[in-house]
Amino acid sequence: MPSPADLSLRETVEALRSGQISSRELVAACLERIDRLEPHLHAFITLTPERALAQADEADRRLSAWRREPSAPLPELLGVPIAVKDVLTLEGVRCTCGSRILENFVPPYSATTVERLLAAGVIVVGKTNMDEFAMGSSTENSAYGATHNPWDLERVPGGSSGGSAAAVAARLVPAALGSDTGGSIRQPASFCGVTGLKVTYGRNSRYGLVAYGSSLDSVGVFTRSAADAAVLFVLMAGYDPRDATSLDVPVPEVHLEREEYLHGLRVGVPREYFIPGMQAEVEAAVRGAIETLGSLGAVVREVSLPHTEYALPVYYLIAPAEASANLARYDGVRFGLRVPADDPVEMFRLTRGAGFGPEVKRRIMLGTYALSAGYYEAYYGQAQKVRTLIKRDFDEAFQQVDVIAAPVAPTTAFRLGEHSDDPLAMYLEDVFTLPANLAGVPGLAFPVGFDGQGLPIGMQLMGAPFAEATLLRMAHVYQQVTDWHRREPTLVKL
Amino acid sequence: MTLSLAEVEHIADLARLALSDDEKTRFAGQLSAILDYARRLQAVDTTGIPPTSSVLPPQTILREDEPGACLSLEDVLGNAPQAEAGQFRVPPVLEG
Repeated sequence: MPSPADLSLRETVEALRSGQISSRELVAACLERIDRLEPHLHAFITLTPERALAQADEADRRLSAWRREPSAPLPELLGVPIAVKDVLTLEGVRCTCGSRILENFVPPYSATTVERLLAAGVIVVGKTNMDEFAMGSSTENSAYGATHNPWDLERVPGGSSGGSAAAVAARLVPAALGSDTGGSIRQPASFCGVTGLKVTYGRNSRYGLVAYGSSLDSVGVFTRSAADAAVLFVLMAGYDPRDATSLDVPVPEVHLEREEYLHGLRVGVPREYFIPGMQAEVEAAVRGAIETLGSLGAVVREVSLPHTEYALPVYYLIAPAEASANLARYDGVRFGLRVPADDPVEMFRLTRGAGFGPEVKRRIMLGTYALSAGYYEAYYGQAQKVRTLIKRDFDEAFQQVDVIAAPVAPTTAFRLGEHSDDPLAMYLEDVFTLPANLAGVPGLAFPVGFDGQGLPIGMQLMGAPFAEATLLRMAHVYQQVTDWHRREPTLVKL
Repeated sequence: MTLSLAEVEHIADLARLALSDDEKTRFAGQLSAILDYARRLQAVDTTGIPPTSSVLPPQTILREDEPGACLSLEDVLGNAPQAEAGQFRVPPVLEG
């Protein structure tokens, strides 16, 4: 029987169909690995072993029936275990969002993206750890304790989807879902050496995604390769009448098997993404990967995204402003924590004071200030106008090139606690990932090297709206001639 | 710029957040530093630039007003801290 740690998502599907491994064996092996490695990693908030094993038995029944009658339709991912970031609802399983305020919240419905994968046959083994309400870049802001990076347990996995990234990097599951509001898929993918896809705004339904910054939030995936990410992308994407911001744009079929060459695809290298103070090894690895893309047939040229330096202040006004409105729903009335009081307003104040952690309070305060009378135009209004300029930078760049290639973060994974006392220093980690969210364009992060300490270095490809297939194809071609994405942390062998 | 404690208390009141004295002091310093950083946006000339509140094309999404399945009362109240007689129970809003 093959070890699930050795199987990619697509190989897992093959192993299940051919009967090399049953879904029960696979899920049991995943749960056993999780038991063994969780004390080191803390990638999960909630595990769902009984539910997962029962679903595995059901999948095995359907797989045996299918083997007897192979002409019958079979869901694409029947019996495949995955993990889901605890920001997406799964009916009947508590959804904490990394917060004490939702510690006992059991959602009565599943997110559309989760539901679509369930319909495709996946089995959810657990809900992964995250920065509270997806606010953070290290997963240290989880109310349930930090996740550790599988490559170096003293370091952060990135955030906010750090649990999902660590789970895929440690080979606990072949794939995991995440969300990306300002880099929360791409940055942890980079820090953990896995492939992470952030889709175009509006491509994937946000129904059942706990809201943070509604004009920026997107649902995406972590996998071991671009080819595996493509499988999930096609199944999850597409219009959902339950999300008024999901767009009715056809989802392409993505066939990567025959792709070996990047016939004249134009790659832009934005000069603003190579800045003084960034880790030299990160710049060298990303520039090396861009050269490789050139040798594979891509046409590389420099481009400019002149308003890049303003993305950070724009994001840290707009996202907290939207968060301050979205998180008003946590009032102790309908769900979540309630701290009793004699009058409703006192109940709201005490509930929110006790239920939210420091970073969430900080962003609610920041957003409330930016939206308050007398400051609205100077802060929020100006940020929205500069957002227009940032979006125009991308529109203009995509007149000249098909794809923009850039580092994901200025450094590799930093140490746990390194930025704990300085929120602004933590925000600066997001400098290269925020622009894609502000412009609404897709981004794909994947490993392109390692630094001297053995930590993964990621590159991101950004594309025009709805160009996910181009990004996946380019990364897939790169991954055919490189093996960075196949490297495993030594912890995997524990 | 430095946010005063009184300003921090005012914002916390708007946000319905009970903060400890320690939190108020810490947020006064941290929010001041973040807002100072954000002030660099004032240097950008945005004359004639429209604001972006969404990257989506401006559109109004309409659908037929057809009744459909919805959550049961049991599901809706299932997570309520306090429920009674098919309703959420809260402290009195008006003094009787």
